[in-house]
Amino acid sequence: MSNLLLFPVVIPLIFAAILMLFPKKLHMQRTVAIAGVVATLASALILFSKVNSDGVQAVTLGSWPAPFGISMVSDMFSVLLVLSSTIVTLFVLFYSIPTIGVKREQSFYYPAVLFLMTGVNGAFTTGDIFNLFVFIEVLLMASYALIVHGGEKPQLRESIKYLLVNIISSALFVSAVAYLYSVTGTLNMADLAVKIPQIEAVGILTVIAVLFLVVFGFKAAIFPLYFWLPGSYFAPPMAILALFGALLTKVGVYAIMRTYTLFFTMNTGFTHELLAIIAILTILAGCVGALAYFDVKKIIIYNIIIAVGVILFGISQMNAAGVEGSIFYLVHDMLIKAALFLLVGILTVIFGTSDLRKMGGLIKSYPLFGWTFLVAAFGLAGIPPLSGFPGKLLIVQGGFEGTHFWGSLVILATSLLVLLSVVRIFIYAFWGEPVKIVTIDRKHYLSMFVPTAILVALTVFLGAGAELFMPFISDAGEVLLNPSLYIDAVLKE
Amino acid sequence: MEIVMSVAIGLLLMAAVYLMLSKSLIRIIIGTGLLSHGAHLLLLTMGGLGGTAPPVVADGVTVGDYADPLPQALILTAIVISFAVTSFFLVLAYRAYQELGTDNMELLRGTEDYE
Repeated sequence: MSNLLLFPVVIPLIFAAILMLFPKKLHMQRTVAIAGVVATLASALILFSKVNSDGVQAVTLGSWPAPFGISMVSDMFSVLLVLSSTIVTLFVLFYSIPTIGVKREQSFYYPAVLFLMTGVNGAFTTGDIFNLFVFIEVLLMASYALIVHGGEKPQLRESIKYLLVNIISSALFVSAVAYLYSVTGTLNMADLAVKIPQIEAVGILTVIAVLFLVVFGFKAAIFPLYFWLPGSYFAPPMAILALFGALLTKVGVYAIMRTYTLFFTMNTGFTHELLAIIAILTILAGCVGALAYFDVKKIIIYNIIIAVGVILFGISQMNAAGVEGSIFYLVHDMLIKAALFLLVGILTVIFGTSDLRKMGGLIKSYPLFGWTFLVAAFGLAGIPPLSGFPGKLLIVQGGFEGTHFWGSLVILATSLLVLLSVVRIFIYAFWGEPVKIVTIDRKHYLSMFVPTAILVALTVFLGAGAELFMPFISDAGEVLLNPSLYIDAVLKE
Repeated sequence: MEIVMSVAIGLLLMAAVYLMLSKSLIRIIIGTGLLSHGAHLLLLTMGGLGGTAPPVVADGVTVGDYADPLPQALILTAIVISFAVTSFFLVLAYRAYQELGTDNMELLRGTEDYE
């Protein structure tokens, strides 16, 4: 019993509540918000070292014995994601101070970000499927507020669709939980993992597994269900977009990874085969989008969809290499997507447009920015020493070891398309004839560039020091491949 | 009783889908309300409707005598959430109507040139 794992969820909640008391005091808002995220980061680090030394941590609210009370569980996998989501939020917060604008800052921008973090960290930590629904609703509610924040015309128009899609998927989520409860009589994930193998009606459980895939697929933007994402993510300002791109879809991916390794393993021949096929189709659909547009935002938005496909393909293989690769790639993707969105945000500020065809020749005036962008682009595509490489290598290896060698081939081939799509931004924006740019003063530019550059440096460190991180990743993979570790930690409290 | 509930849920979801396929935003919002009501009733029915005794362990009260309390607790949470989301949606629709001058979804389609 350790209450430590509740802190990354509760601290942002408390700070968000405090922030709502004085919306107009700008300096206080910024300081308190950053203090809140730093405190969360500190608690996440302590939790990380605790999980690293003592194994899976679990707490049951109200001290009811495990299947009856709501469990919160923190294994290596969830704590890694909590840590990376908190780091991303911290950098996005630094970036949003100069870019988001005083009007937005004074109307509850920072509390919304912290509420979003509460939801994300809670969804990563919870060990109860209905509680997962509640935390997803918490983060969705914050994301509704953020996506419409500022109330510009495109924002209002796109947030209606975003809201509608999420309400429908939430109703499906409640229905899926209802079916699962009627079949198994429990909602605690560890207890589900014990009870599901005992149930003989595999057919109905397969239907429920696919229904959950649809529900989480809406959040994660998998192949047929990603239609809402490019439009909705296009509307809000860059800092919010970076936060969404880095965190929101990853919660859906996390939920699929958790449910499909912990308890929906009764009919892997069908469910995981389906997941592998959908993952490949997701990658292909994302590639088409990423290459089709001449808009820097759209290109990176479609790259979110590609990454979701790559991660889900790794998890569908259910072998050590595939699962570890997925975990590594998930952590990498959170950091690199946030970094790329922030870089593209600086580009749009400098050129005053997000249309690639109106850009050019920036390398002379901003050489450091150019090379940082190139490093981030190479990192995304997985050029060897950078952070995309180890994860993708393991995923491809997992595909070859499993039954889906063709999937690995598709991932290898599409890596080139990913590289092409981001290098295209580099070529158009940094090479060629210089065009007229908006003059921004040095201080404003640096306040945007420094947090972004540090984030890019972090991803380089993650890739070059992959050897350093591998023990934690294989720890996390161990829990996913060996559900008994998770079950024992929760039920034998 | 469960059969009656199932039919009621089916009718609710049918009405919800019909309303959500229309063009007017306010009808869509009413549709989402009906949709979540259908999902909540489904949750209640799936737990089994059970008997009338209070869910307290006492002499002579067996599992079949009382209704499962867990789905009721879950529905309470789900209703609060859908209430909050619906009210947010109504305010959003009103603001969007003020700003964009229409509530017809056909006219709210995104185009490439946003600016």
